[in-house]
Amino acid sequence: MNNNNRHLISILMENEAGALSRVANLFSARGYNIESLTVAPTDDPSLSRLTLVTYGNEQIIEQIVKQLNKLIDVVKLIDLSETDAIERELMLVKTKASGEQRAEMKRLADIFGGHVLDVTEATYTIELTGTGSKLDNFLRAIEKEAILEVVRSGATGIALGQKALRV
Amino acid sequence: MDLITGAEILVRCLKEEGVECMFGYPGGAVLHIYDALYAQDHIKHVLVRHEQAAVHAAEGYARASGKTGVVLVTSGPGVTNAVTGIADAYMDSIPLVVFSGQVPTALIGNDAFQEVDAVGITRPCVKHNFLVRDIKNLAETIKKAFYIASTGRPGPVLIDLPKDITIGKAEFHYPKKIKLRSYNPTVKGHAGQIRKAVDLILSAKRPVIYTGGGVILSEGSPELVELTQLLGYPITNTLMGLGAYPATDRQFIGMLGMHGTYEANMAMHHCDVLIAIGARFDDRVTGKIDKFCPEAKIVHVDIDPSSISKNVQVDIPIVGSVPSVLRGMINVVRDEKLKPDAEALDRWWRQIDEWRAMKSLSYRQSDEVIKPQYVIQKLYEVTEGKAIVTSDVGQHQMWAAQYYLFDRPRQWINSGGLGTMGFGLPAAMGAKLAFPDQDVACVTGDGSIQMMLQELSTMKQYYTPVKIVNLNNGYLGMVRQWQEFFYQKRYSMTYLEALPNFVMLAEAYGHVGMRIEKPGDVEGALREAFAMKDRTVFLDFITDQGENVFPMIPSGGGQNEMLLAERDEMVSTHDEGMVLL
Repeated sequence: MNNNNRHLISILMENEAGALSRVANLFSARGYNIESLTVAPTDDPSLSRLTLVTYGNEQIIEQIVKQLNKLIDVVKLIDLSETDAIERELMLVKTKASGEQRAEMKRLADIFGGHVLDVTEATYTIELTGTGSKLDNFLRAIEKEAILEVVRSGATGIALGQKALRV
Repeated sequence: MDLITGAEILVRCLKEEGVECMFGYPGGAVLHIYDALYAQDHIKHVLVRHEQAAVHAAEGYARASGKTGVVLVTSGPGVTNAVTGIADAYMDSIPLVVFSGQVPTALIGNDAFQEVDAVGITRPCVKHNFLVRDIKNLAETIKKAFYIASTGRPGPVLIDLPKDITIGKAEFHYPKKIKLRSYNPTVKGHAGQIRKAVDLILSAKRPVIYTGGGVILSEGSPELVELTQLLGYPITNTLMGLGAYPATDRQFIGMLGMHGTYEANMAMHHCDVLIAIGARFDDRVTGKIDKFCPEAKIVHVDIDPSSISKNVQVDIPIVGSVPSVLRGMINVVRDEKLKPDAEALDRWWRQIDEWRAMKSLSYRQSDEVIKPQYVIQKLYEVTEGKAIVTSDVGQHQMWAAQYYLFDRPRQWINSGGLGTMGFGLPAAMGAKLAFPDQDVACVTGDGSIQMMLQELSTMKQYYTPVKIVNLNNGYLGMVRQWQEFFYQKRYSMTYLEALPNFVMLAEAYGHVGMRIEKPGDVEGALREAFAMKDRTVFLDFITDQGENVFPMIPSGGGQNEMLLAERDEMVSTHDEGMVLL
């Protein structure tokens, strides 16, 4: 009950100016955690899809879901952690890649299913997708000093099977 | 169809919504709207002297009448001044539509003269807000605003209007109905939940009905009275809920909470079934959450799902509007001829009557100095319990809530959630405009009244004769009380030296002023004031400087840990309690 579990909450909301601020504002005003947040329009241009990762015990998550539903711009939402779902995050990593390091870096990128998008004499830029923890694992696997820059999109997700979040 | 200006569209929309009275203050960004108002005569516009007062007056109007209050302010300082009022309405779920002027669309973001991000500033304290960017959306946006403000759990909605939108032209078409895919409040309670709730309620040995402002907002008072009398259970109201159940009825055990009666708080603490209706388990009611109703199973009826299990986990939640859900409960009880446990109830009432016999609202009367409680009791007698009473915030607010017995909903108007000093006077003006034929009293203090004094001028201009009952103790009394109890009488910044001569001040504004210093003069002064039907009278009662509000549950205490007047040694609360302050 008091465990702070990680929740991936996905929201369909009106594609209106200010809608994103309302969500962000709610979290800061009520002292909830946001670990990541990603938002983009959907196939229906009047709707945006916002996915966020938060932590909290059962009671806090229940309040977060209720408070989000109370926002006038929120049309529908789903807590993907409560259902079978796919979670994906995109990461771009710029690494040092010279000498012996170069082959090792390429090998690790391959193991994690990454692609090298840009190559210079001394660097690689690697693209990886996966769950948050897979991306964490990649960063742990490579030498810390080799990392030049890390960009992560934040997690997004979709339910498995026939379940679909649509209006 | 003819093309008309945005300003004219706005005025036409207000007419369609049946708006009769609005409150505001002009300025550059809303000049076009004021010009459109000048050209019509079906909406009365009240020119306040400060935008905060416009919102409080609209709140007073809305709280007294149940209609949606309407406010119009200009951009920049106009809207920032209104923010306190908007936040006040948000905390107490009062339906308002606030129009704010904005700089022309092309200048937004340029730090233009009198520009602020009104939708950004108000976002945390409105139910919803809009910035109108296209005149074609104006009428529909206004329709949405009134719909959102007045349905579900009501609240303030702000519409920010760039000046070019009010000048531009469009066809006028006002939608008859509006449907929002993302907003559809649940009104009808779940039948299965209602059934479960009735079973639990009837199994109770020590039940208490605890109701809040939601009963009043939803016009659920008739159903509440019917159900309560059908069951024969004790009922307590929150500060916001007073009047929903007649205070003079035997089943009413008084207000609960930090300054609630002994019997109400003891009954809450010892109950086995708590029936919470349109109340939100506010910290002034629950005290320390771990000690709240330790033995109770809880039913909670509320239209806002996020109110349920927010502070206290409940056993049977019912989302829906109060009258609809209570009607459902009444039908189940009547149709199946269900009866409460008469024997247990009898025992419970005997226990409650013992607590009642403590007379927790008693105070020591004096022949020398006016006791503030006595003023409220006399106010109650002189007005025969029928006046609309507004209040400011502090000790006088608690005394008004404790000693004036409210028998009908919308009779008691105060700032409950936000606790806004300055609320009372403009709210009284709004209430008087809604009900010109009723007596309106504003119970206030020497601190609060000075926060909105300028409205005495508005009250002169619009003939809103209210009676101002100033309980003048020369202190910020509630803060002083806490300093006495918990800060070893270090009265830091609570003594108001150099108070104005309120009598002369009232007279300067064209009203009647009276100063009352002797207990023997209290009743006569009130009778004289209320006899002056067409005048605003400022009654400056010089009251006991050291009087405190009792009973009192110190922060961090449980509901059974009350301090009663002159019976308990005041003890310092522990550190945890001080944080809760």
